Amino acid sequence: MMVAQLSGGADLDFYIEGYAKFELFGQTLYMTTTHICLAIVFVIITAFAIIANRAIKKADVSKAPSGFVNVLELLVETLDNMLVNTMGAKHGLKFSNYIGSLFTLLLVCNLSGLLGLRPPTADFGVTFPLALISWFMIQYNGIKYQKWGKAKSLFEPIFLFFPINVISELSTPVSMSLRLFGNMFSGTIMMSLIYGLLGKIAIIWPSALHAYLDVFAGALQAYVFIMLTMVFVSNQIGEET
Amino acid sequence: MNGISSEAFVLGCSAIGAGLAVIAGIGPGIGQGNAAGQAAAAVGRNPGAKGSIMTTMLLGQAVAETTGLYGFTVALLLMFLKPLMP
Repeated sequence: MMVAQLSGGADLDFYIEGYAKFELFGQTLYMTTTHICLAIVFVIITAFAIIANRAIKKADVSKAPSGFVNVLELLVETLDNMLVNTMGAKHGLKFSNYIGSLFTLLLVCNLSGLLGLRPPTADFGVTFPLALISWFMIQYNGIKYQKWGKAKSLFEPIFLFFPINVISELSTPVSMSLRLFGNMFSGTIMMSLIYGLLGKIAIIWPSALHAYLDVFAGALQAYVFIMLTMVFVSNQIGEET
Repeated sequence: MNGISSEAFVLGCSAIGAGLAVIAGIGPGIGQGNAAGQAAAAVGRNPGAKGSIMTTMLLGQAVAETTGLYGFTVALLLMFLKPLMP
């Protein structure tokens, strides 16, 4: 009774809903909440990229940067410093494309809960492909830089450890994607519980929860995702500094 | 047991199982608290290294959280996907 009075008639809405249904090669596919939110995120990122590109092209090289260009340079320098610190000066900057775009996508996706969207990263179908891409890059770099040492490392310390080593390699994408998914989905559930069950008295104080669950957890998980990718790749490259 | 349909029984047991699964949250709680305490001690010894201690602590905590999230995922599966329903 109490809950019904407080909720104001709103319902829980953390489910992924299908909006449009279509057939493709005999499969029934849905246009879900995730697709729409991802499309909005893509529009935001593309608009930001176009504005940033214009600002950089218009910037005067002879003068010190100011305003928006300054912020952009700060972002790029922070990214480059992080890559060099984590992966070494020799290999670090080669990965700035992938790491930078991954971080931008994850950050905007995680923060999109603030816009009232359902964060696309709260769908396992988004995080698992991202983790798989990272995992294939990790394995590719391992084979590229270690050659046969990569195959040999599966049999260390003795050959009996082969199944355990294979499982530990295969569990990397699962744990990376589940970490991101679990954090964002738990935040989504918490916020929908607050708004669904306490809809009438959820006036200003949920913003504190938004600050923790969306901003802090979202930014931290985006950072952790790219940090783990960098650490794994530099482990596979296997050279100091 | 009369009057309880098998669906209701499985649903109730799934809810109990989901509750048991999130007990896995104890481990990450202890681990993260331990990491934060050690980080506080490290900052006390060497205040200059606060930035790198913070990032290391947050990364370690996020990795330590994984087992808790496995429990959380199992609870979600039991609650919403209901894989045990006949």
